[in-house]
Amino acid sequence: MATHHVHAVLPDEPEKATLEGKNKILGFWLFLGGETVLFGSLFATFIALRDQTNGGPSSQQLFDMPLVAIATLLLLTSSLTSVFAVLAMHKKNLKQVQAWLTVTVLLGLGFLGLEIYEFMHYYHEGHKISSSAFGSAFYTLVGFHGGHVLFGILWIVTLQLAAVKKGLTVVTAPKFYVASLYWHFIDVVWVFIFTVVYLMGMIGGKVG
Amino acid sequence: MSAHASHAPKRSGLWDWLTTVDHKKIAILYLIAGGLFFLAGGIEALLIRLQLMYPELSVVGAKTFNELITMHGTTMIFLAVMPVIFALMNAVVPLQIGARDVAFPFVNALGFWLFFFGGVLLNTSWFLGGAPDAGWTSYTTLALNQFSGRGIDFYVLGLQIAGLGTLIGGINFLVTIINMRAPGMTFMRMPLFTWTSFVTSGLILFAFPAITVGLVLLMFDRLFGGNFFNPDAGGNILIWQHLFWIFGHPEVYILILPAFGIISEVVSTFSKKRLFGYSSMVFATALIGFLGFMVWAHHMFTTGMGPIANTLFGLATMLIAVPTGIKIFNWLFTMWGGQIRFTTANLFAVGFIPTFTIGGMTGVMLAIPPADYQYHDSYFVVAHFHYVIVGGLVFGLFAGLYYWWPKMFGKMLNETLGKWNFWTFFVGFHLTFFPQHFLGLMGMPRRVFTYLAGQGLELGNFISTIGVFGMSIGTILFLVNVAVTAKSGKRAPADPWDGRTLEWSIPSPPPEYNFAQTPLVRGLDALWVEKMAGNKGMTPAEPLGSIHMPSGSFLPFVMSVGLFIAGFGFMYHNYVVVVIGLAINFACMLLRSLTDDPGYHIEPDEIEEKGVKA
Repeated sequence: MATHHVHAVLPDEPEKATLEGKNKILGFWLFLGGETVLFGSLFATFIALRDQTNGGPSSQQLFDMPLVAIATLLLLTSSLTSVFAVLAMHKKNLKQVQAWLTVTVLLGLGFLGLEIYEFMHYYHEGHKISSSAFGSAFYTLVGFHGGHVLFGILWIVTLQLAAVKKGLTVVTAPKFYVASLYWHFIDVVWVFIFTVVYLMGMIGGKVG
Repeated sequence: MSAHASHAPKRSGLWDWLTTVDHKKIAILYLIAGGLFFLAGGIEALLIRLQLMYPELSVVGAKTFNELITMHGTTMIFLAVMPVIFALMNAVVPLQIGARDVAFPFVNALGFWLFFFGGVLLNTSWFLGGAPDAGWTSYTTLALNQFSGRGIDFYVLGLQIAGLGTLIGGINFLVTIINMRAPGMTFMRMPLFTWTSFVTSGLILFAFPAITVGLVLLMFDRLFGGNFFNPDAGGNILIWQHLFWIFGHPEVYILILPAFGIISEVVSTFSKKRLFGYSSMVFATALIGFLGFMVWAHHMFTTGMGPIANTLFGLATMLIAVPTGIKIFNWLFTMWGGQIRFTTANLFAVGFIPTFTIGGMTGVMLAIPPADYQYHDSYFVVAHFHYVIVGGLVFGLFAGLYYWWPKMFGKMLNETLGKWNFWTFFVGFHLTFFPQHFLGLMGMPRRVFTYLAGQGLELGNFISTIGVFGMSIGTILFLVNVAVTAKSGKRAPADPWDGRTLEWSIPSPPPEYNFAQTPLVRGLDALWVEKMAGNKGMTPAEPLGSIHMPSGSFLPFVMSVGLFIAGFGFMYHNYVVVVIGLAINFACMLLRSLTDDPGYHIEPDEIEEKGVKA
């Protein structure tokens, strides 16, 4: 059985140095597989209902592409900075890890701020969860993603605070690694939301 | 990371059970909780059959009847057979692969408590304004606010919490089987029960998120004014049916595959022969798992999907009969020429084969779309799925319980009582469900609380109800057997059945660390290989050394209570309660993230003391 040895020198790829770390990473990949089905179901629901506006505003009337483009840019960049954090971890440089994660979190907060602003704007336009099937599907899909972003931010901040005391060890490294996997995943989901919800919502009229 | 405690912190009695992360104890928790829900679901079934014993009875009345059929189905599927499957997986899989524990012991405990509190939440509905009454499939629009009461909210929230527990349990077993196998235990040397648990866990991972989304959408419709299933505002009721069955069909394979695994182990052991066609069994298991995701719309033939979709889903469904047939023949060929011992476990296994085959054949009949228009929503369907779920899965679970009981509890179940248990249950089962095929063909619809006299339905219904008494007697005999065994059962040796796989190489019940030394696996049926080589036990793969164990934790229990509280908050629109419940949950997650578990060590001298002759 692998145990928590005190490593005088942190091994290379510290996230995979222990069986616990390997288990955590594999388990998390599998969890993301389940999350894919979860978002897949939400996407399918959205595609089925996106033209059912029930007399309310349609996606062409609502969406403000510059705002969504900025949000996309923020989130895609944050995925890159989380890669930098993992690269810094492989160089065993905790200070750099912390710095890049802080940038990641700030970008995530920026994204979240824009999303909240966007939702409030839509709400005042009469686009609510209860106004139409389109509204229900839109807020559920995009809101689920937003909830994931919020959870990711809280998670990464927790890990950052814990690492101040604990440093970079074979116990904390898998946690950072897994959190960055999660962050990439919500970034990938956003790419699909941007395409399916916003781009497909802008072009054409009724499809289905 | 600092100094390890060298002894387990002493926990005893109830506190030990509430905080345990030991897979063997979690198995027992799953078994007890699943068993209690099984009894609840069984009593519901008894009441259903009493209501239908004669025409136009009013034993329970229409409203209660709807609640009973809904709760019977939901309880049996989600809260009874799933947990008993998880009980056996927890008790057996780590032992069969030569592991000291599962990959995530904490998550394992969390999975149990989430299932438990989800199930309790669902069942509190009986006392809080009425149980859900829209059928276990809870189709919209029937399940929306206009047509159904608060019971559906209990269904929606209870199943979300329980489903989360099942999902993380599935992930746990996948990682355990991939990463924790003993040296030499390659994938193609894994016992078939481990293989089927592996494929089942994969199905859980990809099927449960779909029902979770369906339940979330239904919750939004019912509690927050959503319009997913409200046709007046552009909603689409078929989305629920698709999401439900994208989960629901793989779910039936989630249930039956572990039973296939149990039957394979039991038949092989009690025929004293290696399982016939091991590789084809593994292949068939994987193929059933794959095809299981391709057939969900055969539950929806009558919704008007059109001839092309109906044909494709019908053909895909019939295709599943091929790998299933491979399995049936492999079991028969395993017995062929074997030294067969008809122990209770083997009786259930042998009883399983023809019974399940009948269920499989009616399944192929139902897969023919034009014929299904006749069978749909009739008792023929009820007969079919009870033949596969009771005649298949429950027989398999009984076989597994009689087979592994000595390993789990260290005592042998009484064989005489066991045989009475089998015969009463077996005869009762066929009496109950065989006539239902014909009731269905004669036009009796399912889910209707009564029927008229003079339509030829009396005899079949009467026989069916009599059969339930047989099954009830069988179940009671099992409980009596458990009680007798607990009081004065024979102590079980390590290897009571002349077993073939790793779990029989260690004491019954196993010590908390399972294997004092991780075994070296040298072939399929690892223990049998050593027996044939004339060795006393397994060859160790490591020297005797200090064993690291995870500490118990109360957090899984508290986290699940948090979600339980939040669930009530959602139902009663009391957001203070929601916040309190979620805060408890997230506080536990934070605590878990911040505190590292150093665990404790069991030293070699303690292993000598506790070991071998436990």
